Parts: sequence; C-alpha cells; structure tokens
Amino acid sequence: MLELPRTIHDAVIAHARRDHPDECCGVLPGIDGRVTRIVEMQNAERSPTGFSWESGEVLALHRDMDDRDEEMLVVYHSHTMTEAAPSRTDVRFAVGATGPDVHWLIVSTREEATTEVRSFLIAADGEVSEEEVRLVDG
Amino acid sequence: MTVQVKIPTILRSYTGGEKSVEASGETLDAVFGDLESRHAGLRARLIAEGGGLHKFVNIYVDDEDVRFLGGLEAPVKDGQTVTILPAVAGGAGSQT
Repeated sequence: MLELPRTIHDAVIAHARRDHPDECCGVLPGIDGRVTRIVEMQNAERSPTGFSWESGEVLALHRDMDDRDEEMLVVYHSHTMTEAAPSRTDVRFAVGATGPDVHWLIVSTREEATTEVRSFLIAADGEVSEEEVRLVDG
Repeated sequence: MTVQVKIPTILRSYTGGEKSVEASGETLDAVFGDLESRHAGLRARLIAEGGGLHKFVNIYVDDEDVRFLGGLEAPVKDGQTVTILPAVAGGAGSQT
C-alpha cells in the first residue's frame, strides 16, 4: 500500500496534465516510508512514449535527499496514450535501476475527463504487483 | 590513490549494507577492479557485457558525469569521491 498525501497526489496529476501529450516524470522522496514532498524532474526525452533524466539533475536530487535524510520512495511518470500500468521498459528499469523497494506510480492522461493513478511494486525477477493508493490528509 | 565510492541502495547487498566504501586505483576501471576484489559481483552491475558503463547507473567523479571524463578511463585522484546513482528511465514505449 502506498499512502499519498492528497496535495501531492493532486500535484502529480497537475504535472501530468501540464506536460501532456509528453510524458511527465518525477520523484516523491520520503522518510520511513512516508512521502515528504514532490520533485518534478525534466523529461530529457520530451517524448510522448518515454522519459529519462539528465545526469546532473539526478546528482542534485540525490544530494538534496541525502541532506534531508530522505530516500527515493516513489518514482512517478505518466502514460499519455495507454493505461497506467508498467510497460516492459518500466519493468526493465525497475529491476535494474530502482530495485524492489521503490514504488512506481503511474498516471494515465489518455482520457481527458478522468485521470487514472495506480501504484506498483516490481520485484527483482520482474514480477509486477499492483498496490492500493490510499489518500491521506496533507 | 584512495577514493570514497558511494553505493546506491539497490547495490548495497554487495557491500554488506555499507553506503560508502573505500577503493584504490588511478582510473575508474582500476577502482572498479579493486572493488570487485572485495565485493564480488558489483562490477557486473556497473559495466555492461559490451564493456561500457551500464545503462542502469550514473557514475560521477566528484561533480562530473564520467561519460564526459573518458568513461572507464576517467582518471581519479586521491581523496576524490566516486558516486554511483540509479539511472531511471521508462515510459509507455512505442510498441504499446
């Protein structure tokens, strides 16, 4: 289960809507499993089908998180033409780069009226488990 | 040449949970070789089968991405810090 402060949930959706039709991406740092804030990252690909991060921005993010004793709790991004579920690329990077403890939060902006927001944990063998997103005050 | 190497969470299983380890060498390649002698398996997570840096990691010497310093041949000096961070990417892809 991923507990998500309502303001951060809304900020993720706003980011996804703003960058549509390109994919948006970012990080929700946390302490002891609780999301502390939202960090919008630049999509270096500026693409409707993929995202990546520029290495200087990654270094700055991690130094900032270290200073605050935070960890990379959630990685979020949007799918703008398909459902909010991990693609093969997402699974490959979850296994290779983030590891099984990082939540993959995916937003779908393919429908104008509704925004799908779903969260997944992806095991070291690539098995995908969807988890509940519980909105909390904050 | 002794450097500090910062290890990301996903690779700490190779360092017994340590966030930072010491290593020696005059190039990044030598540092990774030295690391491998004490933390077996780590090198394969940093260097791809083809011989280049693995796409799942960003590696820096102090503030510089090593891709701009010569990759594995990047020189390292005594007291510098090698930082390894996860290189995250993804997206729907054009197939779906």
